[in-house]
Amino acid sequence: MAISWLLLILLALAVIGYFTGRSRALSSAGGNVRELHSLPSYYGYNVALTALVPALGLLMIWLLVQPMIVNSTVSGLIPDQALPEGADRGLAMSEVRRVSDGLDGAVAAGAISQAQASNADADIEELTQTLKDAGQVLTQDITQPILVAAQKYRSMTTTGSVAMQVVVLSLALLGAAFAYIRTHKEFRARNVVEQGVLALLLLAASIAILTTVGIVLSMVFETMNFFQLHSWKDFFFGGTWAPNFRGGSELSILPLLWGTLYISLIALLVAVPIGLFAAIYLSEYASGATRSVAKPLLEILAGIPTIVYGLFALLTVGPALVSMFGDGGMLGVGWMASSNAVLTAGLVMGIMLIPFVSSLSDDIINAVPQSMRDGSLGLGATHSETVRSVILPAALPGIVGAILLAASRAIGETMIVVMAAGAIAKFSGNPFEAMTTITTRIVSQLTGDTDFASPETLVAFALGLTLFIITLGLNIFALYIVRKYREQYE
Amino acid sequence: MDSKAIKIAANKVQVHYGDTHAIKDVDVEIEDKTVTAFIGPSGCGKSTFLRCLNRMNDTIDICRVQGDILLDGEDIYDKRVDPVQLRAKVGMVFQKPNPFPKSIYDNVAYGPRIHGLARNKAELDEIVEKSLRRGAIWDEVKDRLDAPGTGLSGGQQQRLCIARAVATEPEVLLMDEPCSALDPIATAQVEELIDDLRSRYSVVIVTHSMQQAARVSQKTAFFHLGNLVEYGETGQIFTNPEDPRTESYITGRIG
Repeated sequence: MAISWLLLILLALAVIGYFTGRSRALSSAGGNVRELHSLPSYYGYNVALTALVPALGLLMIWLLVQPMIVNSTVSGLIPDQALPEGADRGLAMSEVRRVSDGLDGAVAAGAISQAQASNADADIEELTQTLKDAGQVLTQDITQPILVAAQKYRSMTTTGSVAMQVVVLSLALLGAAFAYIRTHKEFRARNVVEQGVLALLLLAASIAILTTVGIVLSMVFETMNFFQLHSWKDFFFGGTWAPNFRGGSELSILPLLWGTLYISLIALLVAVPIGLFAAIYLSEYASGATRSVAKPLLEILAGIPTIVYGLFALLTVGPALVSMFGDGGMLGVGWMASSNAVLTAGLVMGIMLIPFVSSLSDDIINAVPQSMRDGSLGLGATHSETVRSVILPAALPGIVGAILLAASRAIGETMIVVMAAGAIAKFSGNPFEAMTTITTRIVSQLTGDTDFASPETLVAFALGLTLFIITLGLNIFALYIVRKYREQYE
Repeated sequence: MDSKAIKIAANKVQVHYGDTHAIKDVDVEIEDKTVTAFIGPSGCGKSTFLRCLNRMNDTIDICRVQGDILLDGEDIYDKRVDPVQLRAKVGMVFQKPNPFPKSIYDNVAYGPRIHGLARNKAELDEIVEKSLRRGAIWDEVKDRLDAPGTGLSGGQQQRLCIARAVATEPEVLLMDEPCSALDPIATAQVEELIDDLRSRYSVVIVTHSMQQAARVSQKTAFFHLGNLVEYGETGQIFTNPEDPRTESYITGRIG
């Protein structure tokens, strides 16, 4: 029985539970709704939820835990010498799963019988041929230990899922019965249902938080692996980035960090003045009609996928800059050799950040109370003096917060720099040269054929974790500043 | 009470907010060096009329003002008059204390700096001290002029706002329910201050408290539904009103 059938049965049970619970409550009150503690539907919901929620929760946990247990048991069955040359246990396990799926498929297609599939002494060559003929995908010929493991895997999975269906369904029935018996006119169904819903809300919130924790932990473990293979001193304090998949790499974050910060700085130099001035215009001077047109238009910029910005940098901004600063360009200075440069990436990233800065600043400027404007105008200040001397200083902490948030976006931005910044890691102050960033290097270290055991690959996690910590720090600092500012007026 | 020079003369003033006719045909003459109180039920237009006197209504798009308002015989709605200059002459204190998020010193120095009233730092210091003294708050803040104005108590903030308004040397001071957010002690302090200010300025105060109007003002105007119902000596209005609507209001029958 597939999971979807199980879900449908659970759902049907919940619906039945709703109606029986509701009618039991009504009949306990002799059909008079006012005798009931809660509205009749609450009694129904109580039965439905008590049946559904624990069963679904168990189902979810079971689906997560069962493969882990099966994997670890089966993987213990494969002797070390049975592993193919150079392959590790993970590869053997995926072969086991493939064989097991193949057996399932062959049984379903009628190519072999259930007994044949479970027969540990089966002729391996014949079985391989049968499976291949039945159209099952096998990457290599089946070996004896793999077959045994696959059969064990199959039987455990089957037993497990039957057990799961039985346990989940009986839990649902038990829940429904328990709630049904409790249903009585005195029973406070409304409070119970509300508590249940509260628990669901709490669960949703904690899933979001737990995911963050999970992401951080996975990064931390891989980073620890990396530091076992590579010296942390070189990573944090070395001066060269020279990965070499044959070993002996120099993997220092500093040149990458320099590139990241340099490009982000240029991006902010573009985005902050333009975004801030746009926000001042929109919030203080624009008429209602202009604002209602201009603000959504500006925010369209925020919805453009960053890869499109990357294309724009590659095809338009880069060549345009080369035609100005390159050899034989308009300015005749010959500073820029290729369109991949810090300046290209910085400019385009700045354009990407404009709506981010302007939208946040606009909100913050609008949050400055009207009484501040009145107070200043009432003293004979012009509108512009009011903006400059009262509104901007009042909004400044919030604007700084917005800029910090923009900075953390810039530091974490990937696609634009992948396409426009280049791939050379170095310390240089020249904005016309190609440079590279942390995110670009993560992409290049992890794309292609990778082996998760070499420091050259694992360095991506160390880079990612460092990046995460930097942006997290910036975000926390920015939120702290923004919140402090909000308190002033409340 | 002997009659004084007329500071502001309003003649047939009409105010429309969009389709709402907020002020209808108001004629009033406000005397110099006098406290004039505007009283009336909520929504009667007294605050709107007050805001006409320094053209603060200009900042509201849908507001239209018709009629003449003369300040020292000059029409303030004339095209040649710069509303910004006018507001330097006709200062305003608002219902809710609204100190800027700056230091106490900078709050008071804001107006003088904008209008270039001080030639150097020493002069500015002098203006700030004088204004804070006139705002009856100098003794409380003289040791912490660098502290933020928003950190003061409500009553202190309102007196700071009055000091800030006084610092630009206005000729008229408009106050829109200046005590409505204050406790009785702070209210008493502000009222005392208003009485002092009368020696130098013409003060117009909008208030919901009839006791307050009776305590601080010499002239009182009663507004009702956008009309100026009665205007006269405060004593006269409160003891012997001519119009039955005024009498109903001050005895608490309408409001």
